[in-house]
Order: sequence, then structure tokens, then C-alpha cells
Amino acid sequence: MLDAQPVTTTDSTTNLPVLDFQNVGLEYTMSGQPLRVIDKVSFTIGHTEFVSVVGPSGCGKTSLLRMISGLHVAEIGQVCFLGTPIKKPLKNVGIAFQNPVLLPWRNTLKNVLLPLEIVQPHKRQLRSLRSHYMAQATDLLSTVGLQDFQQHYPWQLSGGMRQRASLCRALIHQPEILLLDEPFAALDAFTREEMWDMLQRLWARTQCTTFLVTHDLREAIFLSDTVYVMGQRPSSIVHKLRVDLPRPRTLDMCFTEEFHQMYSTLRQHIQHS
Amino acid sequence: MLKTLIDSKHSSYMLPIITTVVLLVLWESVVRLFSIPAFILPAPSAIFAEIGPWGGVVTRNALITLNTTMLGFFLALLAGVFLGFMIGFSRMAYLTLNPLLIGFNTVPKVALVPLMAIWFGIGTVPAVITAFLLAFFPIAVNVAIGLATVEPEMRDVLVSLGASKIEVFQKVGFPHTMPYLFASLKVAVSQAFIGSVIAETVASNGGIGYVILNASSNFRVPLAFLALLALAVMGIALYGFFAVLESRLVHWVR
Repeated sequence: MLDAQPVTTTDSTTNLPVLDFQNVGLEYTMSGQPLRVIDKVSFTIGHTEFVSVVGPSGCGKTSLLRMISGLHVAEIGQVCFLGTPIKKPLKNVGIAFQNPVLLPWRNTLKNVLLPLEIVQPHKRQLRSLRSHYMAQATDLLSTVGLQDFQQHYPWQLSGGMRQRASLCRALIHQPEILLLDEPFAALDAFTREEMWDMLQRLWARTQCTTFLVTHDLREAIFLSDTVYVMGQRPSSIVHKLRVDLPRPRTLDMCFTEEFHQMYSTLRQHIQHS
Repeated sequence: MLKTLIDSKHSSYMLPIITTVVLLVLWESVVRLFSIPAFILPAPSAIFAEIGPWGGVVTRNALITLNTTMLGFFLALLAGVFLGFMIGFSRMAYLTLNPLLIGFNTVPKVALVPLMAIWFGIGTVPAVITAFLLAFFPIAVNVAIGLATVEPEMRDVLVSLGASKIEVFQKVGFPHTMPYLFASLKVAVSQAFIGSVIAETVASNGGIGYVILNASSNFRVPLAFLALLALAVMGIALYGFFAVLESRLVHWVR
């Protein structure tokens, strides 16, 4: 296929981690005073791994995500993508925030197609392969139950629907890395649990390496292979939790002893950090 | 009965017509009841009676004013959009130009008309420039605000995909600014009218402002009112035009 990314082959031939945080720190200047937000963080994310980062507000979780996306370049230490330090936007990432930020002047389908108008080779092929891309978008929207809302505008959708559309937009260009910054924080508890299930299906389908920033410990456990707990400012990784629950995971698993054990471990580490 | 009228889809133009008619009837009866002389406050009937002898003159001068206004407005649109985008786009432009703009806007434009009469002579040019000056500011400010208020996350989504500054502007900045631009156009077109009429009363030999000035200096108060009426009709028509254009082109704003 034309749009196969050469980097994927690099990944399978070498054993480099997809993402590698090497002694990453973060310092702000606040009214003349240096403020150390992240002391030192080092960890790696493997191919197709689902990683969550939890921690108290202001500990720099979102900054880590922005470093991967290249929106913020690490100044202390470095973040490497397949061995190369990230200095500018990677292009093969999909990103979704707590605020779905759909473009209000575009309907759902056109919102989902947006990345294809920017990322090569799709941008070049968009005209000639329009029907192919439309089918791809429709297919993606069907997996999240939005097939009947393609022509609707964002103001006509509920909060959960907007967030689902936003996830589809993050995935349409088949990114290798999916970055999620508290994507479900603004949703009600029931909708949120539905979204976990949906995200799990999307992840299994797309095989994206995923980095999730969240405040919700159950969400982190339910979705992740690995959960990192960050401490108070100046922060570092205070705990690493491997989640070995079988996949696909079900909501029932949240009520098992094993799940509960993991939950309290995470909780303790956050409280005592 | 009243409730069904309010809820009906005709209410948006029926109700204003009703209030206008009620106002005219009230006006007419007050003038007759207190026998107010026509050179102080003419009754609507006296004003409409002027259409016969003076309708042609008023129409001709109304068209002059309309031309002047639209020319000034159109120039203001071009300059306002350009400068607004510059100020909203670059911090450098914002810092250097914004204080100047604000300072300039606080100068009453009437004060400039006599000067312009010296520079450009009596006629269309001072009126066009005054219309331009009054219409320009709301457009520039709104466009700048529109561009500056793009949600940072919206920009982040595009930048993380490797979008260039131009692409971010095309896909997000420009469309996001459109509702702000259209909101300002309705204000700006009214301002342009004010500008051209002010200039016409000071330095001109044509247009509605000139007609009003002449009519009132000859105590032809009903004619002055007819001219005012023509002005109001044009103002409402243009406002309506831009309101309809707005609802068509920026349909996503609720």
C-alpha cells in the first residue's frame, strides 16, 4: 500500500522502543523564579503498548504528552521516537484532548477527514482517493456508533458523541502513536465507561502505541498495559504498575479482587508521593 | 392570539411593522391633538405629502449617499480585514499598531471633516473617507479578536499533525474569524452611513446630509424628516442584508 510508513519497518527490524524518555526534566520561569515541575523521568513505551500516566494536578503529565507530540520540545533530557530525539511535530501522531475541539463549521465527517488534508501522503492523494478515504472515515465512525451522525454539526451532538468524533479524527490518518489528554474527564460516569470499552476496541483494531494522561485510576487500569504514577512537584515516576488482566477487558473485571488490589496500590502511591 | 403571532414564523417582520404603524399613528394623533406646528414637528401625513414634490430629489440624493457609504464601507472592509488579520496573527503587529489604532479611534471623526475639505475640496471624497474611518475600526478590531481567540487546543491538533502556519490559518483561523467579521459588518455599515451623512452636512453639495441641512435652514422641516426617513430605510435595508448574509454564511453560530 502507498501509505505504509517506512518507520514501521524500522521498528520491526530493530528492537528500539517506540518512545524513550531519557532523564526528561521540565523547568518553568514563574515571575523571575525558576520552578522545577518535573525533576527527572525515564521510561520507555514499546510497540503497540498502552501506557497511562496518573498523578496529582500540576505534576507535568500533560507536558510529557506535549513532548511526544513535538508541541513542546524537551529542554532537559530528551524524548526519542525510534531512537531519534523529537524536535518538531511528528505528524504520525493522533491527539485528543478533554475538550473535543471539533471545528464547528464542519460536519462530523469533514471533521474526521481534517488530518488527511494536512498529513502526507494523504494530502496529495485526497482528491484522487476521495471515495476511499470517505469509506475509511465512515467505517471508523461506525465503530464508535456515529454512522448516522456524519452530516451532523458539532452543536447537534452530545458531549460523548463529540468526544467519539474527536477520537476518530485522531485515528483517521492511521497514526502510530495515539496521545490522549484526559479525553473522558468531562463526561458523566456512565458515558465514560462506555468510552473505555470503545477506546479499547479502537486500540485493538488500530494497533496504536497509546499514551493516556488521566486522573481516573480505574480508567488507567482498565485500559493500560502499564500505568506510571508521577509524584508531587518536582515530580518523578514513583511507581510502575503492570496490568496483566486478559484482553478484551470487561467492566465486570473492575469488581474483581485483583483489580481492586491494583487500584489501592495506585491510590497509596499517589497519596504518599 | 398574540401568542400565536409571536410563535409564528412571520413574527420577525410582522411585529416590527406593527410597532412602526402604532408609532406613526401615535405621532400623528399627538401632533393633531396639540396642534404642533409643522416647522417644529411635522405629522407623518405631512412628511409623506412631501414625497410628491420632493420624492425625486430625495431619491437622487439618497442614492448619492448610498454610493458614498458603500464605497467607504467597501474600502473599510478591505483595510479592516487586512489589518485585523495582521494584528491577530502577529504579536509584533499587535504591539506596534494597536495603541495607534485605539488612539486614532478616540479622535471624533467630525473634527476631521473640515480638514479633509481643505485637502480634498468639497464633494464626495471627504464623505467617502469619513465613512471609511468610522466603519474601519469595528471591522479591524473584531477580525483581530476573532483570530486571537482560536482555542489553543484547536491549533494544537493541527500543529501536532505538522501543519504550517498558513495551513493553521486556512483550516482554523480564517473560518473561526468569520462570525466575528460578520457581526462587525452590521455595525460597520451603520457607522459608514453616519460617517457619510456627517461629511455631507459639513463639506458637500449633494447627498442626504446636504438635503437635510438645506431643508432645515429653509425651515422645510417635513422635507428634512422625509430625508431622515430615507436614511432610516436604507440603514435598515443594509443591516438586514448583512444579517441575512451572516445567517447564510456562518450557519454554525447558535
